[in-house]
Amino acid sequence: MVSGLINANPVIYEKKQRRVRRAPSVGDDEHAVEPIDQIEVFDILFIIIFFNSVPKDIKDPEHPYSLEELKVITEDAIEVDDNNSYVRVTFTPTVEHCSMATVIGLCLRVKLMRSLPQRYKVDIRVAPGTHATESAVNKQLNDKERVAAALENPNLVDMVDECLAPSYA
Amino acid sequence: MEDGNMELKEIQTLEGHSDRVWSLAWNPATGTSNNPPVLASCSGDKTVRIWEQTPSNGLWNCKAVLDETHTRTVRSCAWSPCGKLLATSSFDATTAIWENIGGDFECVSTLEGHENEVKSVSWNASGSLLATCSRDKTVWIWEVMPGNEFECVSVLQGHTQDVKMVKWHPTMDVLFSCSYDNTVKVWAEDGTGDWHCAQTLGESNNGHSSTVWALAFNAEGNRMVTCSDDLTLKIWETDVGGMQSSNDLASWHHLCTLSGYHDRTIFSVHWSREGIIASGAADDALRFFVESNDGLVDGPSYKLLLKREKAHDMDINSVQWGPKETRLLASTSDDGTIKIWELATLT
Repeated sequence: MVSGLINANPVIYEKKQRRVRRAPSVGDDEHAVEPIDQIEVFDILFIIIFFNSVPKDIKDPEHPYSLEELKVITEDAIEVDDNNSYVRVTFTPTVEHCSMATVIGLCLRVKLMRSLPQRYKVDIRVAPGTHATESAVNKQLNDKERVAAALENPNLVDMVDECLAPSYA
Repeated sequence: MEDGNMELKEIQTLEGHSDRVWSLAWNPATGTSNNPPVLASCSGDKTVRIWEQTPSNGLWNCKAVLDETHTRTVRSCAWSPCGKLLATSSFDATTAIWENIGGDFECVSTLEGHENEVKSVSWNASGSLLATCSRDKTVWIWEVMPGNEFECVSVLQGHTQDVKMVKWHPTMDVLFSCSYDNTVKVWAEDGTGDWHCAQTLGESNNGHSSTVWALAFNAEGNRMVTCSDDLTLKIWETDVGGMQSSNDLASWHHLCTLSGYHDRTIFSVHWSREGIIASGAADDALRFFVESNDGLVDGPSYKLLLKREKAHDMDINSVQWGPKETRLLASTSDDGTIKIWELATLT
């Protein structure tokens, strides 16, 4: 689908020092309900390969940029309200006309759909002012009928699966 | 209907679909004393299920599964007015017509023509016309011919985006469509067989500011309710007499807006014969509204009669009142179930 480099020279940011999640200690009740928090959702979305800069024909396994390294997703851009089962992810496309914004958004939505409890409501949006057709992208990403139809398209599903594959490691 | 004397009883949860249930339709010819109520539901699992209430114990059972015809999500279904035919529209770009032959449902016709996902299907009041709409931005009108033949008589272009739903007026051959382009369009025939857009209800006419997902009419046909991703319901009114008498077709105007109730996309709305509006939304809640006599000085208004939070575990996609004078309501959800409810008067 991506024939040339949309953003041939993306700026790579260093990974932020991860906050360490508390490991369960011996006395913990392993059946206790653990609330879902920002870090957990961030972890879910952590290693998606930034395929925008890695076209299929020259895929370089040495440079599997994550959305984090490109600052497409930051921890602060994930809002979680576990009590109300609500997550909002705000992502920042690397360039204003990034034609892959809807595909990135679709990947984010699919990963959360597959990973979060089904009671969760998820909104995905591009950061205000970071994309030329911001409202059109947001509308499409949050129309579940369009998302459902897209996910019945085998080519799109293959692309999403390919992007997400490393994140299930 | 006084405040606080109604309650919503959950009658039964119908399980069987293996994916989200998008839509449902009550068979209008059922629900009489010797003919138990029947409904059809359609799903992301590519099937349609037919459910019937058993008169002896009141329980609903699945009587048939219509599968191996649609190859993708079945988005919408509609019974012909006589209840003999069921039309189902699918993301596979086709609309199938099923006939009930001695309890078995047979696909007797397949309507092809849309470029991609067909989102909705509707029969006119007499059962002589069928309308479909699609993500391809068009609305098609089909004439029902003898021998289960369907002939496309018009392809209506006008919406600038995905058309979400089509619905015929309950008494007149006037068609309504609503869209991802935030508008509702009214389509009428000019007397020579040509169909045209008679009116567009958009943001400039006090219309919606985001996708319009569904619309429904009151029993008299002089009011319409629409629901939207903008989290509001809007009531529209027309002078039905004026519509019938001349070519001064379809002049609908905004009556009032119901906002501040649902807090996620409202996917479905339906008006009962006795005037109760039911709405279902992505907030998993059902809400019921009735006309209020309190604000007559400022014109008609509607008030919340009742709400049920967590009516389903996930988004509610469709709400439909049962036929006849019953107060039965069915709802469908992303949780894969259909629920049957009764709006009862407290005794």
